[in-house]
Amino acid sequence: MSLLDAIRLALTQIKVQKLKSFFTLLGVTIGVMFLIAVVSIVNGMSKYMEEDFAAKFLGVNTFTLRRFPDFNMGDVTEATWREWQRRPQITVEDANAVREALPPQTHWAIQDVTWGTPVSQYRNGGPQSLVNAVSADYFVIKNLEVERGRVFTEQEEMVGAPVVVIGKETADTYFPSIDPLGKEIRLEGLPFRVIGVLQKQGSTFGLSLDRQVIGPFHSDLKRVTKSRRGLYGVLVQGVTNTVQQEAQERAREVMRRRHHLHPSEPDDFMFETSESALSGWQTIKQALVIGGIVLPAIGLVVGAIVIMNIMLVAVADRTREIGIRKALGAKRRDILAQFLVESATLSFFGAILGIALGFGLSKLIREISPLPSNVALWSIVVSVIVGAGVGIIAGIYPASRAARLDPILALRSD
Amino acid sequence: MSLIEQDLAMSTTAERKVVTSAPGVEPSPDWVIVTRGITRNYDMGGEVVHALRGVELAVRRNEYVAIMGPSGSGKSTLMNLIGCLDTPSAGEYWLNGVLVSRMEDDELARVRNREIGFVFQTFNLLPRASALQNVELPLVYAGVSSAERKERAKEALARVQLADRMDHRPNELSGGQRQRVAIARALVNRPAILLADEPTGNLDSTTSEEIMRVFEGLSAAGQTVIMVTHEPDIAAHARRVVVLRDGRISSDETRDTFVASLNTRA
Repeated sequence: MSLLDAIRLALTQIKVQKLKSFFTLLGVTIGVMFLIAVVSIVNGMSKYMEEDFAAKFLGVNTFTLRRFPDFNMGDVTEATWREWQRRPQITVEDANAVREALPPQTHWAIQDVTWGTPVSQYRNGGPQSLVNAVSADYFVIKNLEVERGRVFTEQEEMVGAPVVVIGKETADTYFPSIDPLGKEIRLEGLPFRVIGVLQKQGSTFGLSLDRQVIGPFHSDLKRVTKSRRGLYGVLVQGVTNTVQQEAQERAREVMRRRHHLHPSEPDDFMFETSESALSGWQTIKQALVIGGIVLPAIGLVVGAIVIMNIMLVAVADRTREIGIRKALGAKRRDILAQFLVESATLSFFGAILGIALGFGLSKLIREISPLPSNVALWSIVVSVIVGAGVGIIAGIYPASRAARLDPILALRSD
Repeated sequence: MSLIEQDLAMSTTAERKVVTSAPGVEPSPDWVIVTRGITRNYDMGGEVVHALRGVELAVRRNEYVAIMGPSGSGKSTLMNLIGCLDTPSAGEYWLNGVLVSRMEDDELARVRNREIGFVFQTFNLLPRASALQNVELPLVYAGVSSAERKERAKEALARVQLADRMDHRPNELSGGQRQRVAIARALVNRPAILLADEPTGNLDSTTSEEIMRVFEGLSAAGQTVIMVTHEPDIAAHARRVVVLRDGRISSDETRDTFVASLNTRA
């Protein structure tokens, strides 16, 4: 008997007993549904973390030279923390030395950061904004664009012009229904003129990216951020990942030389990249993926047991049919194939149904939560394979029982 | 020397008890069935039951044989052996010149598929399949392509005058029609023997006659037919009647002598 014949036969059998078939494959359906949904959630979180968070906070193909990591997603031990505190500060001199050593096709920017509460003549006090004292290329590296006005130039940065670019929310808060361009905003009593408003960026982890004040590093803003004590970081972006790697290596050499590190000593600074910031996330993701596999696996095991039982009942119910088929020349492997294909087909349908429901669940999550949950192609492929595989495994025992039946006894059964 | 010849050489040296039927018949393509001292024992909870105690039977091509006997005579066991559903405990069975008594399950399945056409008392049609699909079944296991299967199954149904009913399911057919579907199924793979087990057991007398006429027509067309029955008037349709008693052949005669002996007894 050919495989096609076996599949045709299985489909007839399933069609005849629609309701029973449906309940049989429920376990597989639920298992697959959760597999698809969990993977799509993890996928969504990944996308959120890697594209949204990492790109917005850290920039693409960018590293930030820092004393110690800013974004931590794992436990930091007391000893590690103390070691971080002993590290030397990153200074403006360090930043300039790194800049000297950079390969072509790179952007470089100093960034120093503090939380501050701006004051305007329209509003005194309010939520804190992130105050950034940066060099001009910062806007390029972070891919920040203005909605209105302009960003400051390299000249303005060099001379320390008292100008700032502000976030959308900051603009709305301190200049309600007023064009902020050309208006004054004060930080710790120091006046700055607003020359641009950034496009709305949204928020990550509940932290608004639109409450920002960004001004030239060499302006008075440096006093607000107290940069004499050390910089938040030095940002370097390469046009490609390779350039970034190359730049990072050069920066490492420069910093080790400047810190007089012996080859045996570890770095006393670090490069924060999207990869390093997300290393903690990778661990969480792995745990989620494992959970996303274990939970559906339980469903699939239950599904397999149900299918096995139903198939055993089917073999008992159809003993006479098996006898007839054997009398007419069905070999053991024909009967074996018939029941294996039947249980695999059944389970395959369960998987298909589960994939459909998983898609639905994933869409629902996307609608009602901020997670851009996204069904992964591999999870569909895995579902189909696992679905049919579960059917085959669950079918082995019942099918081999059917195949071993004595035709004479089978023909005599009712 | 072929395998069959080797088997023959071995069998001639083997000690064997010739009871009745065709002593000394050598297996050849002329003889569709040749059995040599076949026995079949069953182990029933430690007690050995001798269902067949050495049966010598030879059937020529195009014979129409009825096997009779009271219940417990071993006729069902003999039918199972002839139909290659079972193998003998001892003795040899040549089907169409091939020794089948020592074959394995899957080889027997192949032999059943190619050489035997079964007709059962209870029809044994698949209830959810149409008449056509039922008739196609042996061809499915013979590995015949779907298109050819349909073609040959239609032909076989036409031979039993059921061409117009091929899309009906068994429960939409009368008893006689069902049995004719079963006959079509038995014939579709052009078997060496048509083996019928109480083919009229579930049919009324009119329908039984109808089925017997089908058998006669097939026999006239050259089909070897073996029919197991316990009804003498059904057996009387065959041209040769073999009677079994206590696992042995007790008589083997032509229809005419059988009918004559029936009349004497009556």
